[in-house]
Amino acid sequence: MTIDLIHQDDSVLLEVRNLKMHFPIRKGFLRRQVGAVRAVDDVNFFVRKGETLGLVGESGCGKTTTGRCILRAYTPTAGEILYRRGSGDIVDLATLDDTGMKPMWREIRMIFQDPYSSLNPRMTLLEIVGDPLKLNTALSGKEIEERVAFLLRRVGLRPEYMHRYPHAFSGGERQRIGIARSLALNPRLVVADEAVSALDVSVRAQILNLLQDLQQEFGLTYIFVAHDLSVVEYLCDRVAVMYVGKLVELAKTETLYENPRHPYTEALMSAVPKPNPKQRGRGKRIILEGDVADPANPPKGCYFHPRCRYAKARCSQEAPALRNLGDDHFVSCHFAEELTLRGVGARS
Amino acid sequence: MIMASENMLIEVKNLKTHFFLDQGTVKAVDGVDFDINRGETLCVVGESGCGKSITARSIMQIVDPPGRIVSGEMLLHRRASGSGSGQVEDVVDLAKLAPNGREIRTIRGKEIAMIFQEPMTSLSPVHTIGHQISQAITLHNRVTKEQARQQTVDVLKLVGIPKPEMRVDNYPFQLSGGMRQRAMIAMALSCHPSLLIADEPTTALDVTTQAQILDLMTGLQEELGMAMMFITHDLGVVAEIADRVVVMYLGVVAESGDVETIFNEPKHPYTTALLRSIPQVGGKLRQRLDTIKGMVPDPYNRPQGCPFHTRCINRIPGLCNKTLPPNVSLGGSHEVRCWLFGSSPSNEPLQNGGAG
Repeated sequence: MTIDLIHQDDSVLLEVRNLKMHFPIRKGFLRRQVGAVRAVDDVNFFVRKGETLGLVGESGCGKTTTGRCILRAYTPTAGEILYRRGSGDIVDLATLDDTGMKPMWREIRMIFQDPYSSLNPRMTLLEIVGDPLKLNTALSGKEIEERVAFLLRRVGLRPEYMHRYPHAFSGGERQRIGIARSLALNPRLVVADEAVSALDVSVRAQILNLLQDLQQEFGLTYIFVAHDLSVVEYLCDRVAVMYVGKLVELAKTETLYENPRHPYTEALMSAVPKPNPKQRGRGKRIILEGDVADPANPPKGCYFHPRCRYAKARCSQEAPALRNLGDDHFVSCHFAEELTLRGVGARS
Repeated sequence: MIMASENMLIEVKNLKTHFFLDQGTVKAVDGVDFDINRGETLCVVGESGCGKSITARSIMQIVDPPGRIVSGEMLLHRRASGSGSGQVEDVVDLAKLAPNGREIRTIRGKEIAMIFQEPMTSLSPVHTIGHQISQAITLHNRVTKEQARQQTVDVLKLVGIPKPEMRVDNYPFQLSGGMRQRAMIAMALSCHPSLLIADEPTTALDVTTQAQILDLMTGLQEELGMAMMFITHDLGVVAEIADRVVVMYLGVVAESGDVETIFNEPKHPYTTALLRSIPQVGGKLRQRLDTIKGMVPDPYNRPQGCPFHTRCINRIPGLCNKTLPPNVSLGGSHEVRCWLFGSSPSNEPLQNGGAG
């Protein structure tokens, strides 16, 4: 992948290079390390200012871990996370300590998946949304209240609700509270981890529209971690597909959905049930055999080769590197140029 | 209406299941009608809290107290086996049976089986899957332990678990999510039910695993000829597998019909809005999603009249907020519960309802 893109291209906000996050497996009386779960294994990507990058994959593929590494909820095992600050300085988030991270946490915020467990039931909305302001700014109580009222109004809640507790709100409303909290400090980058997965369809549409409005209004950059491909297509400019800790494909949304170049992306697209009975896909759908590889004990060569329809001898020997096929389309497959894969529109 | 159809398997008529809580009565299911024919797939869709799971649990008579079936009929048409040539049908009203009585227990798990959403929480963690499946078999059939074990291995093989002779002695935690769901399906199929109720069986699974399970279920259905009642909130799954669809909202059936009709000519404003609010893979990019404003009302304070009128864009003031519309048949199996269609008491039906 391009080296040092962030230093050359001003529009790049974040560049992740060779990011690795290995969790040790310990066993026995002495808790000796007997192995490692390679949750994230050599991941490279970049995010431009104002865009939405989707991070998709099945559970256990490391998409959430990647998001958490960017926020430094985890300290990565190796790699760099280069972030361009508002002032223009470029910092490596992977090496900062807590003191160094503190100003970064004002600029990078997170929206969580479960609106039920991510809000403290003993805090009122004012405390929940105002907490980041209290910790990071010198605003007075009155000013905090005003800011919270503004934020609540902005996410579509009535400011009068400020003194209520989260139990009084439905799932969709709670997710709005979580969004208000993440916006309290005027962040520049928001990592949304499955922000709409727990919501009902009608409410999900409301939240998706809200996320888009807020992005325009506040000039936000999103990293949108999700497993729902229809939501990702709707919201994201570019999409990165992960499989067992590796990035397998990264491209513009239209390109990825219409012309996937990695067999895993093809299978993933084909597995999504289409809400149209005329496109019923039984028999035409690609059914992946077996289960996702174990990240503690991945197969040799390409991690996807045991389930790949196009696997050849080379795939089980040599791990493919992420290569640029031109026009910002990155893929890690030995045979990306030779294969003709079906996109979502192609199914008849 | 006793002999409605040759192929009728179960008829649910005006089913009401209410929960009597200290805070008030929650009418989780409030007058639901539908029927399932032999061998067909009926999908029940709706948002959380619309009563779709409680409907399924009512059929199984496993509604937890303080919930109770307060009225309605659930007629199960049983075909007596072993009786020579003619099909002898005997009709049982499940609503009349005691939830823990002997009769329902011969039906539950044998004629009607259920698959639950969370395979990890609905399987016992301290028993092997073989033990759990063979328990169901020995309960309903006169077999020896060895025979039961053999049947268990067979059914595990049927649902595509590799090396079933080994897996039969595994505990649930040793299986992956997809495998656990397969084990659940195996347990449900072990006594060859005529109706399989699947309550969001693929919601907790990844899309690729979901594709495997859906493929397996539709394949097994063809092979075994059972009927399926499939509960889901994912309209993509509905489009993929359903023969007929029931759309529920707040304890009532808003619309029902065959899958093509529901997706191509939805009539009820709720169905229309629901279909418009989902982003489609391969659809137009960046089109703003249509939303249904507001949210599902609080179950303690159900709106009077049509439960959807508070969020409906086509509501007729003075009518929709007063009386619950009747079920109107629009030909075939297509039925809709909305004042915009069929005979409204005073004025002629308004047109523009199904702008889809």
